[in-house]
Amino acid sequence: MLDTSIAIETPEGVDFDLTPAGPLSRALAYMADFLIRLGVVLACMIVLSIFGEAGVGISLIIYFVLEWFYPVLFEVYRAATPGKKWMNLIVVHDDGAPITFSSSLLRNLLRTADILPVFYALGLVSMMCNKQFKRLGDIAAGTVVVRARRPETLTALAEPGVRAPSVPLKPEEQKAIVQFAQRAGVLSQARRQELANILEPLHHEKDEAAVVNLNQMANYLLGKTPGPEPVREPFAPEPSSSIAQPPEERQ
Amino acid sequence: MKQDVFERQQQHFWSEYAVLLQRLETGDTTGYRNFASSYRRLCQHLSVARHRSYSPHLISYLNDLMLRGHQMLYRRPSHFWLSFLGFIRYDFPQAVRANQQYVWLASALLYLPFIVLIIAIKLQPDLVNLVLDPHDVASYEAMYDPTSERLGRPREASTDVQMFGFYIYNNIGIAFRTFATGILYTLGSLFFLIYNGIHMGAVAGHLTEIGYTEPFWTFVIAHGAFELTAIVFSGAAGIKLGFSLLSPGNLSRLESLKRSAKACTPILFGMVGMLLIAAFIEAFWSSDHTMPVAVKYSVGAVMWALVTCYFVFSGRVREPR
Repeated sequence: MLDTSIAIETPEGVDFDLTPAGPLSRALAYMADFLIRLGVVLACMIVLSIFGEAGVGISLIIYFVLEWFYPVLFEVYRAATPGKKWMNLIVVHDDGAPITFSSSLLRNLLRTADILPVFYALGLVSMMCNKQFKRLGDIAAGTVVVRARRPETLTALAEPGVRAPSVPLKPEEQKAIVQFAQRAGVLSQARRQELANILEPLHHEKDEAAVVNLNQMANYLLGKTPGPEPVREPFAPEPSSSIAQPPEERQ
Repeated sequence: MKQDVFERQQQHFWSEYAVLLQRLETGDTTGYRNFASSYRRLCQHLSVARHRSYSPHLISYLNDLMLRGHQMLYRRPSHFWLSFLGFIRYDFPQAVRANQQYVWLASALLYLPFIVLIIAIKLQPDLVNLVLDPHDVASYEAMYDPTSERLGRPREASTDVQMFGFYIYNNIGIAFRTFATGILYTLGSLFFLIYNGIHMGAVAGHLTEIGYTEPFWTFVIAHGAFELTAIVFSGAAGIKLGFSLLSPGNLSRLESLKRSAKACTPILFGMVGMLLIAAFIEAFWSSDHTMPVAVKYSVGAVMWALVTCYFVFSGRVREPR
């Protein structure tokens, strides 16, 4: 596989996937955090300078706290520093559990080693040497920085109609067609048509007609019934709670 | 079963689970009793979906719901703030004693160069120019000049609060660096311990030699008990970290590093506390030269006795966790 996702085994016996974040997005997040800290320290210095030398002392304490504890506090209470949030990253233990205070402190203290000799060179080498992009601090604390997925929703395919493929399709081919239809939202119209045109031998159509054709094929593969679509109410609350019912679909 | 049928059957359960999850994530615990069983049911759905090769879209939707549920269910208890007193009474001294071989080693690495340098400068006063920059020598001399108004600080910086801030920023930073660079197969910690030992020894030896004995030793004795001990601890923790990589025993290097890092954390927390105390004493007590010399020396001796007794005697009652 080309992607870097790691499977986390759970006590329930079902794996789930995490996608570790690479050096570039983490470097960008770090830069953003650095600028935020710089801004806060400068603002404090300017405001506190009216208190003279005592103000200098207080701003040094603020600088110290920001340097060492800014990432810790944000990671423990928000799972990510503002920079990481901006890059849509979160920090978790490498078993997928939320990060604790001591792990976060450890991984952030060991920044000092990662930063050596210049510009996080050691941390970068360490990230390149393991599959989960861990720097030394992550290795010691048992943490990993992963991409946070935005809460997804299941969107029903909009295309009406069902069409059986003219030739039998292998499982991977079926999968590709379904995925094409479900990813319609993230592809531009031109790109959708371009991709659909590649399959011309299959459907003998061009451009928008080809897209429609493939979408209907996806409907067939997903098992939709022809005729009027049953009405879906994804978030309509019902009086009888189905959560309380025992699972009945074991097979 | 085709994917669409499966989705239609379970959609209602998934959205209800998502609502419950959302509530729990924002701290509202109504209906939490259903959570564990719903979570297990969702896990089963994910595994069924994978097994039947349903579309990646559905699998990633379920994967996301499961990940968030897992984060809820397997949150590790963090008792740090709750058991703060227990930490001071038991965990910290026990952790130090459990790692005492590293503490002794780090002490030797800091104090041996310190003592050697003091003796060497006594015998050969010019030696200080080999170790320290002449400019630094001059500034140390100015700081501990018996005629100066406040001790142990540059003339232009003169309020206690400013120096308190400086000590926190500077000293804790040094201690953190001494610890963290130990991950490089102990080399960083060894370097910082020996370097600090030599540097302190040269300063102490030189100032004693030129007759500034009283201002220098009365300044450093009280907070030194906390500060030097904390530096020793940070070095000890760093050496432990590096040594776990050098000699992992029956574990993999990775696992060995993780375990030793975990064992080091109480020492790190304690070290920060000790350096805060040290910075406070250094800024508000050590620099005060209006006190009689005898008082300063005896307070200093009491501090050393306190620190020693704390690590030797406290936390003996309860078994280490």
